[in-house]
Amino acid sequence: MHIGKPAHVVVKEGDHVDIGTLIAEQNGPISSPIYSSISGTVTKIRRTLMATGDLILAITVRSDKKETVDPSIAPPAINSAEDLIEAIRACGLVGLGGAGFPTYVKFKVDFSKIDALIINGAECEPYITSDTHTMTKKSDDMAYAFAAIEKYFGIKKIIIGIENNKKEAIESMRLLAKNDPCIEVRVLPSLYPQGGEKVLVYHTTGKVIPAGKLPSDVGCIVCNCTTVAAIGNYLQTGMPLVRKCVTVAGGAVKEPCNVIAPIGTEFSELFKACGGFVCDPEKITYGGPMMGLSVPDCSFQILKNTNAILALDKKEARLPKTTPCIRCGNCTSHCPFGLNPANIALALDQKDTQRLKALRVDVCMECGCCSYICPANRPLVQKNKLAKMLLREESAKEAAKK
Amino acid sequence: MTSNPRISISPHIHSGKTTQSIMLDVLIALAPTAIAGTVIFGLRSLAVIATCLVCCILFESLFNIAVKKEQTVGDLSAAVTGLLLALNLPANIPLWQAAVGSFFAIVIVKCLFGGIGCNFVNPAITARVFMLVSFGAMTVQSFPKKTMDAISSATSDTVSMSTPLPSLQSGYEPDLLDLFLGQKGGAIGEVCILALLLGGIYLIARRVITWHMPVCYISAVFALTFLLGGFDARFALASVLSGGLFLGAIFMATDYVTSPSTAWGKVVFALGAALITVLIRFYGTYPEGVSFAILFMNIITPYIDSFTARKIFGGGKA
Repeated sequence: MHIGKPAHVVVKEGDHVDIGTLIAEQNGPISSPIYSSISGTVTKIRRTLMATGDLILAITVRSDKKETVDPSIAPPAINSAEDLIEAIRACGLVGLGGAGFPTYVKFKVDFSKIDALIINGAECEPYITSDTHTMTKKSDDMAYAFAAIEKYFGIKKIIIGIENNKKEAIESMRLLAKNDPCIEVRVLPSLYPQGGEKVLVYHTTGKVIPAGKLPSDVGCIVCNCTTVAAIGNYLQTGMPLVRKCVTVAGGAVKEPCNVIAPIGTEFSELFKACGGFVCDPEKITYGGPMMGLSVPDCSFQILKNTNAILALDKKEARLPKTTPCIRCGNCTSHCPFGLNPANIALALDQKDTQRLKALRVDVCMECGCCSYICPANRPLVQKNKLAKMLLREESAKEAAKK
Repeated sequence: MTSNPRISISPHIHSGKTTQSIMLDVLIALAPTAIAGTVIFGLRSLAVIATCLVCCILFESLFNIAVKKEQTVGDLSAAVTGLLLALNLPANIPLWQAAVGSFFAIVIVKCLFGGIGCNFVNPAITARVFMLVSFGAMTVQSFPKKTMDAISSATSDTVSMSTPLPSLQSGYEPDLLDLFLGQKGGAIGEVCILALLLGGIYLIARRVITWHMPVCYISAVFALTFLLGGFDARFALASVLSGGLFLGAIFMATDYVTSPSTAWGKVVFALGAALITVLIRFYGTYPEGVSFAILFMNIITPYIDSFTARKIFGGGKA
């Protein structure tokens, strides 16, 4: 469900749960609580394979089709910055853009050193429009959250970064900015990976986040717009994070659209809600086409940080044959960080860890632009991942020696 | 769902631009030049082009069969080398010489070093230089009739020269429009500047090449010629429009495999090539220096690449 330690299960098989009932509690500082997304009976608590490839404990709830809400749900009382951070923690919020990092941890900073809160309205990947949906339809929730954040965290500047092809979202956010002098809407070129944290910070503030550092090191907090809307919703209703807007798209889907679904819904249900398939999907991805994971069938479930599931048809998923490198330099000219994936691949083939370090493969965010653009369709980002793994293994070995 | 979806690591989509589609773009970009060459020098040009094309493709496929390598002629790079080589030869070259040049370009320069992507010098330009020194290929004259008359009447001893460059230095003043359209001596593909420019614009528009190399190379040659030629703008312009500069700058120096991959690297390569070109043109024994310049810069490309590597975003310390 999130980055960090898995939550600790607090229900047992046979228990009755309502929407918003705590079913697993936070386990350690980098973790997040989980609430039931439907009402019904807990039928199974088993280790289950997730779409992410993790084998983790999963709680299965059989719906009683009553959609009853947990009686304890009430808007939280907020009187201080601590209260607000506690609220963000308690509602089970994680980075909804896709990262799944527990949100409250981001706000545990010294606010006097923060110049700006940057709202990520640039979709993480092609196909995905779930953030655009939030900005056009949930701007009230966002405004509520902004007001609380300004009041209790003392943040003076909020920059919302949106790609220039999302006209409706830009308009909707400009309306917010009209009523709030702190908010500034920044229209960005539509390019991938605009939603990458370091890319977004650079394009909105001109600041460069050094390798291995966080946005807070340059005076910024980056927060996804859907995450902000979820904060606003919780402050008003007290309903924790139990639903997620997911883009269901791809050439094999009959009616691609954004679906708001209870967390834990199976992929097959979502595809059904979108009219099913028009053809056999060549590939089903959990996440976008650039960084998402391909899964073998539709039996997996959406998680808190799922922003898209795609069913790609043959034409979309077609990859050309891999041929020799022609040194065109496209991989390095398209790398957002200026890395040289072709050279990294060579160094990896030779297991030259010194050279890999010098080429700074550790900086790679695995966006996949190099592989996408490579005319020889060489597995570049794939080799970057292997190279990063090799370096991690090596440093682990060195640490063990000492 | 009847069939199982495919599983693979991301990314799951591709730009669709492949080595083959890039090479096809280069062939398309060279088409106006080939047509112009045929119009200017007659059908003999077509025979040279056909010989080089067929030989290059044939030699590469035979080589692949001989060494049991996967067939690579489908990527069209052998066709590009063949066409480029033909455009670098005079129309009246003996066809057997064109075939030997093709063998040299494909087998010696490209295949023996490992095929596409592994050759460290441009096959077509190396073959041109090889033919120049072994056959004196470029001194065989090939002139449109009109130019012949003009040169003969202007100077008496330059008829055996292949390009207007030597005539320029001895005071011959050609019509700039003639130079631009290709009414001058030279190789099939180097005379019609208009056609070369069309091809260059196509390649830049299709994002096959960037503007850095051709623009820097050509303007640097102009500037240096202007400087060394006694601040005579007309002479410098005539000099830029003569010889193989446009063909070299647009199609040969921009070869991916043998030129730097960063923008700054391309600028450095272009300036270096321009300097060598002008020095050979002014002080060398050969009238033309473009091929030698590109060949030399090809060899030092790895060094240019290493000191012009892009700065890593946010990557201060290692």
